Amino acid sequence: MTTTPAPPATEPALAVEGLCVDLSTVSGTVRAVDGVSFSVRRGRTLALLGESGCGKSMTALSVVGLLDPAAEVTAGAVRVRGQDTLRMSAAERRKLAGPVLSIVFQDALTALNPVQPVGRQIGEPFRIHRGLSRRQAEEKAIELMTRVGIPEPRQRAKSYPHQFSGGMRQRLLIAMAVALDPDVLIADEPTTALDVTVQAQIMRLLRDLQHERDMAVVLITHDLAVVAQRADDVVVMYAGTVVEQGPVHDVFTSPRHPYTRGLLDSVPEDAERGRPLPAVPGSPPELSAVPPGCVFQARCPMVRERCVRERPSLRGTGDGRSAACHFSEELDRA
Amino acid sequence: MPDPSRTTAAAPGPRTQGPDGHPPLLEVRGVTKTFGSGRRRLTALDGVDLRLGRGETLGLVGESGCGKSTLARVLLGLERPDAGTVRYDGVDPFALRGKELLAWRRRVQMVFQDPFASLNARMSAAELIGEPWRTHRDVVPDARAREKRIRELLSLVGLRDSDAHRHPNEFSGGQRQRIGIARALALDPDVIVCDEPVSALDLSVQAQVLNVLSELRSRLGVAYVFISHDLSVVRYISDRVTVMYLGKVIEHGATEDVFEQPRHPYTAALMSAAPVLDTSRSGEDREIRLQGEIPSPFDIPSGCRFRTRCPRAEDRCAAEAPPAVVRDGAGGGDAHTALCHFPLEAGTAWA
Repeated sequence: MTTTPAPPATEPALAVEGLCVDLSTVSGTVRAVDGVSFSVRRGRTLALLGESGCGKSMTALSVVGLLDPAAEVTAGAVRVRGQDTLRMSAAERRKLAGPVLSIVFQDALTALNPVQPVGRQIGEPFRIHRGLSRRQAEEKAIELMTRVGIPEPRQRAKSYPHQFSGGMRQRLLIAMAVALDPDVLIADEPTTALDVTVQAQIMRLLRDLQHERDMAVVLITHDLAVVAQRADDVVVMYAGTVVEQGPVHDVFTSPRHPYTRGLLDSVPEDAERGRPLPAVPGSPPELSAVPPGCVFQARCPMVRERCVRERPSLRGTGDGRSAACHFSEELDRA
Repeated sequence: MPDPSRTTAAAPGPRTQGPDGHPPLLEVRGVTKTFGSGRRRLTALDGVDLRLGRGETLGLVGESGCGKSTLARVLLGLERPDAGTVRYDGVDPFALRGKELLAWRRRVQMVFQDPFASLNARMSAAELIGEPWRTHRDVVPDARAREKRIRELLSLVGLRDSDAHRHPNEFSGGQRQRIGIARALALDPDVIVCDEPVSALDLSVQAQVLNVLSELRSRLGVAYVFISHDLSVVRYISDRVTVMYLGKVIEHGATEDVFEQPRHPYTAALMSAAPVLDTSRSGEDREIRLQGEIPSPFDIPSGCRFRTRCPRAEDRCAAEAPPAVVRDGAGGGDAHTALCHFPLEAGTAWA
C-alpha cells in the first residue's frame, strides 16, 4: 500500500473545500451542492444538518466517490491523508474505501447483499484489502459481529440480511464500515428508519466505536436533537449551500442565521400546547429555481432589498463560527 | 378528596359516560385482534380500551409492532375486532349495513403518513378534495356548491384558490399533506385518525402542518386520534396520551401526567431515549437503557410483556400479568393508569 500514514490529531482527517456538484435532470442542469467546505479531526463528530434536498447526502456521496452518474463534481477538493481524492483514479480511490473513508447508509436492507450470508459480506473488506483467506476473514467478521452486539455471532454469520431486525441490520452495516479502522466514518441518517429505543442503542454503539478507534465521524441528519446530543460541530445546509457552521452548543443557543433560528423554533419539544408553533413559512426552493441573492430570502422574516440583490458569503466571526447572512448581528442581539 | 397518590390493584372500568352525561364520541373496550391461526397466530391488539370526546386529541404512542396501525384500522371500521366493542356515540359501526354504514363512514376519516403515496397523481387538488362526494352524494349535492366548498376547504388548510387545478407533483410535501387534510375534512367528520401525519415532512414544514391541525380543531371541533412515534409532537398536540407496547395499552393519562411523571418503565424509557435539543443536557446520563428489541408478536412473553427488556423486572413479572395501577390525574382530569407490578413513583430514581 502506498497511502501515506494516518494524519496527526491536529490535522483534519477530512477536509472538503469548495465542493460543487451539478445534477443533470430532464429540464437541464441544476447545482445540487454549491461551494460546501468543512473539515473534521479524528475523535470529533461533525453534523451535516438540513432538510431533504439541501445537498447533505450528495455532499457525503461525493466524499466517498459514490455519486450517481447523473451527478458530477464540478469544483472543489476532498482531502484525506494529504491527497485530493477527487483527482485520483477509480482504482486509487477504491484503496481508500475501508481503511481511510467509509460510510454507513440509512437503509441497511438495500445496502446489504440479500443473497450472501452476512458473515461473508462483513469479512469481505479483509479479503480485499488485507488478502486474508475466506476462513480468516470469516473469523474477523465474527469478532466484529460480537463487537457490535449481534447475539450468537457464529451462528448468525450464516444468516441472510432479511433474517435480522432493522436494528441488527444497522449493526451489521456499522461492523462492515469500521472493519478496517477508517480515519473517517460517514453516517448518512443511520438511525432514521429505527424506533426510538433502538435508535439510542445504535447512536451509543457509534459513539463507543468512535472513541475506541479514534475516528472522525461525519453525521448526516435532519434531526436537530440528534445533532444536539451527538455532534461537536454542525454545518447547517440549505438549498445546496452552507448557511451556518460552528460548535453545536454555540449555534444552537445563539443561531446567527434566520434559517437555523427557524429550524430550532419549529421543534415542538418545549412548545406550549395549543399555541401555534413559530413555523418557517413556505418550503425550500426547487434546485432549478434557487434565487440569485440569498437562498433563504423567500422564507426569511428579516429579508430586505440587499438580500434579493446580493448573495451573502459565509463570513467567519473569529470564534470558530460563520454564517451566510447580511444581517446576522441582528439575530445575535435578539 | 381522594388521595392523589392512591394506587389500586383493580382498574375501575373506563367511564361509560362523558362528563355531560352523553356517551363519549368514541369508546373502545377490550378490543382484541389476532391474525393467522394455531402456532402462527399474531396478537396485534390485546384488550385495548380507549375513549375520545368531541374536539379532543388522543395521542397514540408506541414503537413499530405495538399495534397502533391495526388499532387505526379498527377505528375506521376496516378491521373487525375478534373481541371487544367499538362505539361511536353508543353505536356499533360493525353492526351497521347499507345506508347506515355509509352514513357512519362519513364521520370517521383518515390522514395518511405519506403525502407522496396517498394522492392520485392524475387528479387535480380540487378533484382529490371532492372525490369523497362521489360516494357520499348527498353531502354537497350541486356542482356550484361543490366548487364553493372546495375553495373553503383549500382556504381552511392554507392553500390558495389557484391551487385547485394543480396536480400533486406541483406541490411540496407539506402542501400535499394539506390536500390530504382538506380531503379528510370534505365529509365534515367528527373524528380524523392521523397516522404519522407529519413524519414524512421536513421539520420547518412539519410545524406548519401541526398548526393547521390545531387550528382546525379549534375552528371545527374535530377530534383527532393522533398516531406518532415522535414524542415531542405528541406532547404538543394531544390532550391525552395512550402508550402501547406489543398490542397492549400499558399507560394512559392526561398529557402532562404521562410526560411529567411516567409510571410505566417502558414509557419512562421511551421518553428518556428520545434525544433532546438541549446541548447542555447529556442524553447519556438520564437515559434508561433498554436491552434488546421488541419481542415478536407471534410469541408474546408471559406475565408482563415488557419484562424481557425491563430494568425493573423481577420473577413476579414473568409469572403474573401486571395489574392496572390507577391514580387521579394531577389536573383533576383523566385517571392516570399504568399496567405494571412495580410502577414508578414520583421522584423514583433509576438503578
